[in-house]
Amino acid sequence: MGKKILLEKINIPGIKTYEVYRQNGGYASVEKALKTMTPDEVTEEVKTSGMRGRGGAGFPMGMKWSFIDKKSGKPRHLVCNADESEPGTFKDRYLMEHIPHLLIEGMITSSFALGANLSYIYIRGEYMWVYKILERAINEAKAAGWLGKNIMGSGFDLDLYVHVGAGAYICGEETALIESLEGKRGNPRIKPPFPAISGLWQNPTVVNNVESIAAVPWIVMNSGAEYAKIGIERSTGTKLISASGHIKNPGVYEIELGVSVEEFINSDEYCGGMIDDRPLKALVPGGSSVPILPAHLIYKTAAGNDRLMTYESLSDGGFATGSMLGSGGFIVYNDTTCIVRNTWNFSRFYHHESCGQCTPCREGTGWLEKVLHRIENGHGREEDIELLWSIQSKIEGNTICPLGDAASWPVAAAIRHFREEFEYHVRFPEKVKNRNHFVAEPFEKVKHLVTK
Amino acid sequence: MERTQYKQEINMTEALMNRINELISHYPEDKRKSALLPVLHEVQDAHDNWLSFELQDKVAEILHIKPVEVYEVVSFYTMFNQKPIAKYMFEFCRTACCATRGVEDLMEYACEKIGANLGDISSDGMFQVVGVECLGACGYAPMLQLGDFYHEKLTEETFDQLIEDCKSGKITLHDK
Repeated sequence: MGKKILLEKINIPGIKTYEVYRQNGGYASVEKALKTMTPDEVTEEVKTSGMRGRGGAGFPMGMKWSFIDKKSGKPRHLVCNADESEPGTFKDRYLMEHIPHLLIEGMITSSFALGANLSYIYIRGEYMWVYKILERAINEAKAAGWLGKNIMGSGFDLDLYVHVGAGAYICGEETALIESLEGKRGNPRIKPPFPAISGLWQNPTVVNNVESIAAVPWIVMNSGAEYAKIGIERSTGTKLISASGHIKNPGVYEIELGVSVEEFINSDEYCGGMIDDRPLKALVPGGSSVPILPAHLIYKTAAGNDRLMTYESLSDGGFATGSMLGSGGFIVYNDTTCIVRNTWNFSRFYHHESCGQCTPCREGTGWLEKVLHRIENGHGREEDIELLWSIQSKIEGNTICPLGDAASWPVAAAIRHFREEFEYHVRFPEKVKNRNHFVAEPFEKVKHLVTK
Repeated sequence: MERTQYKQEINMTEALMNRINELISHYPEDKRKSALLPVLHEVQDAHDNWLSFELQDKVAEILHIKPVEVYEVVSFYTMFNQKPIAKYMFEFCRTACCATRGVEDLMEYACEKIGANLGDISSDGMFQVVGVECLGACGYAPMLQLGDFYHEKLTEETFDQLIEDCKSGKITLHDK
């Protein structure tokens, strides 16, 4: 069993409630930080931990905190990004639903470190029942004196509220999230200025993922150095992985970074292997935006090393033969999956979720979806494959926010690793008209038709 | 415009206004507009789950902003409905992980069951099947959202049961 930091107490009956959470050592990090540490000392511990932001980008959290503008004298804010919408990712919801006080404790301790007196948790609108769970938990924490004026007699004030979104993937991008929190459409802002200088209401703001903030109490209690001992090299600590697709035990797992991908998929402690013991065909290891990996690059890297669940190992080989850890949205596919159909599905998602601000993304995601749709439905042309390649290359890097890149990468990777499947679709259109075409006849069986 | 043909009775009850004022208090006094999204959710929930122009104008008045500032937000976010919806709208997640686990077949089954095409309201006004993008329940696929709640790991049998529960009034849409 790997070490658990976030989910250690999740199975204690009643841990959702304040009393049980408190009896099991909850809110101790707030006491420790407010009574015995300075804000800079808390930030220093987080820096030492080496923890990288758990939302997907993997930017070192302590460094992000150190950028916050403390000189201007403007009010500062901490905003927790609970807009979890990356396809394949459902870890934050699990944490908030089952142990909401851990996030609230993390928010208080982190707000103290940043000198923020007004903080928000921005939760996606579809998680409405979780929004209510958090609201109730905040009220409990407030009644117990952990929020409000002069917390624990320390002189530190904090108001914490939950803000609810309304169904827009783009609001997971930090500047779009801030716009949405200001009551506007979720259009990302041009950076710089970065939120740490000018964020919510033009005030210095830090936006962190739920999982990142929930790890802060442990770091404060056990020190950043202890946290850094877990994991491998620059991938320190534990990570929540949301596993889905063709596996026996889909769900949320906390792993020590460094577990091998092979163990994660096959061990009974985690995914439990493939359903019906069918062959593994592909893996999206970090949410829909990251490149898909074909079977031969899943357990081993191109260099022949074991592929590990770390930031470095999953990206080993760059985009040519690697992928990314991303948000930890781990999607496993067996041989009945049509990669073209799956890529079309992702492209439809990005087209639907593009905010429409930048032309390459607004138009390009629509073109990707249309071209993929016609290939998948047996109306594609040989030159469509090059057309897709050309469109994705013109979106990537040419937009204000990373949604453009996120829409391009899955298409590029699918063509890079599964080109023969695209060729099969355009050359044998009558064979792909039924949407479950690879269920009866997996691609491996018909592959000889397109390979020499 | 098409939407103007739908009429909606506006009823800002005392309970609703109290909740709205509580939400407004979560933001600094000069930042009332920030409460827009949470307020729209509350107002929509209390008005048969949709927002007419008249209702949006009312929200603008409460938040001291211009009507267009509400319209542009309502039209951007998919959870705000600009025309009436069925009493029970089944929002199936159709994104990759759910598609992998058979949501497309299940949606066809659901449409047949309620006797309406995808997106359309059944003739009795009770049911509607729509496809939405990733709801963050990938490990519990296939699934749907109904009001404030998720119904996960669905099968044809559990969907049938859900329809029965709706018909017999066992399903509450909002957690108030």
